[in-house]
Amino acid sequence: MSILVFIEITEGTIKKSSLEAISYGAQLGDVTAIAFGEISVEELAKAGLSGASKVLHVSDEKYHLGNVQAYSSAISEAMESIGADTLVLSKSSLGDPISARVAIKQGASLASNVIELPDTSDGFTVKTSIYTGKAFAITKLTEDKKVISIKKNAIGIKEDGNAATVESFTPSSTDTDFKAKITSQNKTTGEILLPEADLVVSGGRGLKGPENWGMIEELATTLGAATGCSKPVSDMDWRPHHEHVGQTGIKVAPSLYIAVGISGAIQHLAGVNSSKYIVVVNKDPEAPFFKAADYGIVGDAFEVIPKLTEAIKAIS
Amino acid sequence: MKILVCITHVPDTTSRIAFTEDDTQFDKTGVQFIIGPYDDYALARAVELKEQLGGTITALNVGEAETEPTIRKALAIGADDAIRVNAIPTDSFFVANEIATIAKEGQYDLILMGRESIDFNSGVVHSMVGEILGIPSISPVMTLDIEDATAKMTREIEGGKESIQAELPLVLGCQEPIAEWKIPNMRGIMTARTKPLEVKEPSANTTKTEFKNYELPPEKGAVKMIDADNVSELVDLLKNEAKVI
Ligand SMILES: Cc1cc2nc3c(=O)[nH]c(=O)nc-3n(C[C@H](O)[C@H](O)[C@H](O)COP(=O)(O)OP(=O)(O)OC[C@H]3O[C@@H](n4cnc5c(N)ncnc54)[C@H](O)[C@@H]3O)c2cc1C
Repeated sequence: MSILVFIEITEGTIKKSSLEAISYGAQLGDVTAIAFGEISVEELAKAGLSGASKVLHVSDEKYHLGNVQAYSSAISEAMESIGADTLVLSKSSLGDPISARVAIKQGASLASNVIELPDTSDGFTVKTSIYTGKAFAITKLTEDKKVISIKKNAIGIKEDGNAATVESFTPSSTDTDFKAKITSQNKTTGEILLPEADLVVSGGRGLKGPENWGMIEELATTLGAATGCSKPVSDMDWRPHHEHVGQTGIKVAPSLYIAVGISGAIQHLAGVNSSKYIVVVNKDPEAPFFKAADYGIVGDAFEVIPKLTEAIKAIS
Repeated sequence: MKILVCITHVPDTTSRIAFTEDDTQFDKTGVQFIIGPYDDYALARAVELKEQLGGTITALNVGEAETEPTIRKALAIGADDAIRVNAIPTDSFFVANEIATIAKEGQYDLILMGRESIDFNSGVVHSMVGEILGIPSISPVMTLDIEDATAKMTREIEGGKESIQAELPLVLGCQEPIAEWKIPNMRGIMTARTKPLEVKEPSANTTKTEFKNYELPPEKGAVKMIDADNVSELVDLLKNEAKVI
């Protein structure tokens, strides 16, 4: 198979989730990656470690801000120019719309939320996560062309390859591609992004107010974790909306999710059930979250969390 | 302004997920079906925009007759009429194609739906519709304001948000806090019974995937409780048993 992988850039480096997409693609065939925006050639060449042989770089300034239609057209054009039959990318706020648009442009079968390598014993069959992590679907992709959008932290990253060659790529864009204008972008910098975090510390209404997030942030910093929260917490503006975890928020899949003062409503659990390990700290021994946890502490977060942070500092 | 709101008919978020017939059918026993929570946000914003700017709201669902109570609920919340495309929604492409056909016929200014359905979670139908129609699709949209024929939106991105401006027509995948969910009132429920609900046959029979079967994740093991006075035991377990720190 000839595979194109769409890779995303954050603060001048390739996103971890995109390295995962390359690693997935490299197990299926020859991988060319495509990247947009500001990044050095040296950084792009690192796509090779995960298995890309070549990277196409679109550096034109008008592509800097993640315009979905323009990216989709460019990616579809790149697939034609290298003769790729499959697009692989990581599911994200850019990955979702791009996967959809490219699938239509290419007449491809699309699978989203893919969590394993395909079974190719009889055609091309994938396993996807559905019902917000509560079940899986096994689906056959029937077209020759395919678009595969993988769930974050489901595949793992390969890092044993050689540097990739980097070529610049100039797509033939049209005005229609830029009909939707991104007028400003406002992103936190220097923070671990919640959707791809390997460790997450999350706080709920039990923390009583935004002024009490210091201890959550300290624990997160000590671990190198991202911070998350429950829906009421972001509804009340205690925390920004992009930290909201659950059915109607971000679905995380870290190796460790620490939930503090969160009751464990089924809609919250829907966003965390792909975590490998869950720790719950709650003062109510009957809190439903304990049923979904691997490790639990019944206690007052205001006492337990600072002690936990100290204990972790002591071993690191 | 003509607004089309596409709604999914999905199990309530508290449903127990189970399957029957060799894991090929969703087990509907005891399950309550609702308008998808994200679609519900889209519908709520549509009702607000109609109040502000005038116009009509058409609710659309691709589904079999069993989805009609869910469609009636959308009518009770504020849609003026509804269309049901009489088909099992087999895959994203099939649904997007049917929505695009209805959208073309009706010449809508704004096509709203949720950012994703809560059964298959793919989050792609809005963008497929946008691509088929050759117009911009934006998702997940957190705020939406319309002035003349221009829409101003904020879209959530990893770690923040961005502001986007585009001319109508547009397809948008919505999420909170675009509007507050609306609960139908008595008058809404009464009038919903007589509002028009047109049933159309699908325009094409085009799928690009073939569903095989469902699987359930393995059961979670029992929780290990640790004394609040002994947090170093937790740290030890995380380091040496789970090996995650
Ligand atoms: C359609 C729908 C979608 C939803 N989507 C989401 C979603 O995406 N994400 C989400 O989170 N919710 C979602 N919800 C809301 C969900 O049902 C719960 O209301 C919400 O998760 C509760 O948040 P919480 O656990 O922070 O607050 P609470 O339920 O109020 O729980 C607070 C917890 O803190 C504990 N506590 C209090 N004080 C302390 C202390 N000092 N130390 C330790 N523990 C303490 C309490 O024992 C309690 O368990 C959704 C609901 C609906 C209907």
